[in-house]
Amino acid sequence: MDWVQGIVEYIPANAALLRELTGNHLVQSILPIVFGVLIAVPLAQIARLNQPAGAVMLTASSLLYTIPSLAMFVFLPLVLGTSILSMVNVVVALTIYAVALLMRSTVDALNSIDDGVRQAAVAMGYTPLRRFLTVDLPLSVPVLIAGVRVISVTNISMVSVGALIGVPSLGRLFTDGLTRNYPEQIAVGILVTLLLALVLDLLLVLLERGLTPWTRATPARTARAAALEARTVAA
Amino acid sequence: MDYSSSNLFVQMGEWLSDPVNWSGSRGIPMRVLEHLGYVGLTMLIACAIAIPLGLFVGHTGRGRVLIVSGIGILRALPTLGMVFLFALLFYRGVLPSVWALVLLAVPPVLSGVYAGISSVNRTVVDAARSMGLTERQILFRVEVPNGLQVMIGGVRAGILQVVATATVVAYAKADGLGVFLVEGTQINDNGRLFGGAVIIAVLAIAVDGLMALIQKFAISPGLRAQQPPAGPLKESGRQEAVASAQGGTT
Repeated sequence: MDWVQGIVEYIPANAALLRELTGNHLVQSILPIVFGVLIAVPLAQIARLNQPAGAVMLTASSLLYTIPSLAMFVFLPLVLGTSILSMVNVVVALTIYAVALLMRSTVDALNSIDDGVRQAAVAMGYTPLRRFLTVDLPLSVPVLIAGVRVISVTNISMVSVGALIGVPSLGRLFTDGLTRNYPEQIAVGILVTLLLALVLDLLLVLLERGLTPWTRATPARTARAAALEARTVAA
Repeated sequence: MDYSSSNLFVQMGEWLSDPVNWSGSRGIPMRVLEHLGYVGLTMLIACAIAIPLGLFVGHTGRGRVLIVSGIGILRALPTLGMVFLFALLFYRGVLPSVWALVLLAVPPVLSGVYAGISSVNRTVVDAARSMGLTERQILFRVEVPNGLQVMIGGVRAGILQVVATATVVAYAKADGLGVFLVEGTQINDNGRLFGGAVIIAVLAIAVDGLMALIQKFAISPGLRAQQPPAGPLKESGRQEAVASAQGGTT
């Protein structure tokens, strides 16, 4: 099996390059997740409290979501004034997709919270902000993380596309491999990409377990929340 | 091509409005057709694989864990890498690229079909069974009509991803709308680069809009009468949530 040997020999021979590209790749896939959550959660709350504004935001975000990433990578430098080779373009584009996807599922998650729980918090004297941060938000973590897991997998595969216009990432192994007629290099790129997706997904599962201790203490989660989460995961 | 200004938007407008770019085998209409040809062939193969599989798993519940983890792995595959790998391993032609795109289209269609069947209320299915419907009748007369919107949502998500990603096949073989991006970069023609990007975006939005329309009318007549008047947020409800959770465009 020559090609297996080719793959095995490629990795130590190109360790420095692989490390650098993997680092670039991770930055471009993780930053959009963080920014996405930070932007989508407040927007979802606004959308919930103000339905007409929410409808406009959801329509706008699903329209942006429809724009193919390669077109977005080409256009963002024009809008942002960045260099076409800049990682910023990829990060901004993927953040837009993340916000579009997370906002919808977060609205559903916040809507699914039992009103009795909210009223109990109000009765105990929680201010609206404190209630949102300490009651509503933690209770929607399972749905939020289900969305984040979908985003992290797709981001890691999408970041590669930036290599077509010269943004450094593991995708460079693909573009280089094609021009040099070197399938082993492409195979290594695919394997490392799969590995990153797997590791990031495991970390997110652990994060969810850490953030939602009550789901293990009491099995009585509301059927609605469980169903909603299952749907986002299945999808 | 010579432009009257160095402004990129002006160049884009001039490239898009030049009649030369709208005719011949290398013109925009021909490239759109090529692009849609890739999408059509890919979706045909992907649906032929994913729809029967999704119906089987959704109805029987067997192999659920297997397809959920399979979908996860397929989603993580970078399509760009698969297109290039297949181009080198087989040949730089239509079919290797189509097969790489099939790997991208199967997960959303499969999870949409599966989620559609599972979303049907179990009491409805049990009622059908107690009335003496055979399993085949339950699947095609109860589960499929009730879950059709969610199922079409999956196909819609798949089409959107394939329309977006079919752009990259141009880097392996000069086909489809990605060609304008490849040429625009190679010969440093910004009008062509940005004009091509606009056409790709417009095509994606148009195709997705068409699918949204089909999805809207795919509701079974028996269910239509019961639909309560929905608010702006609820209107886009469950099916959209499933469809939008089905992962990114590439």
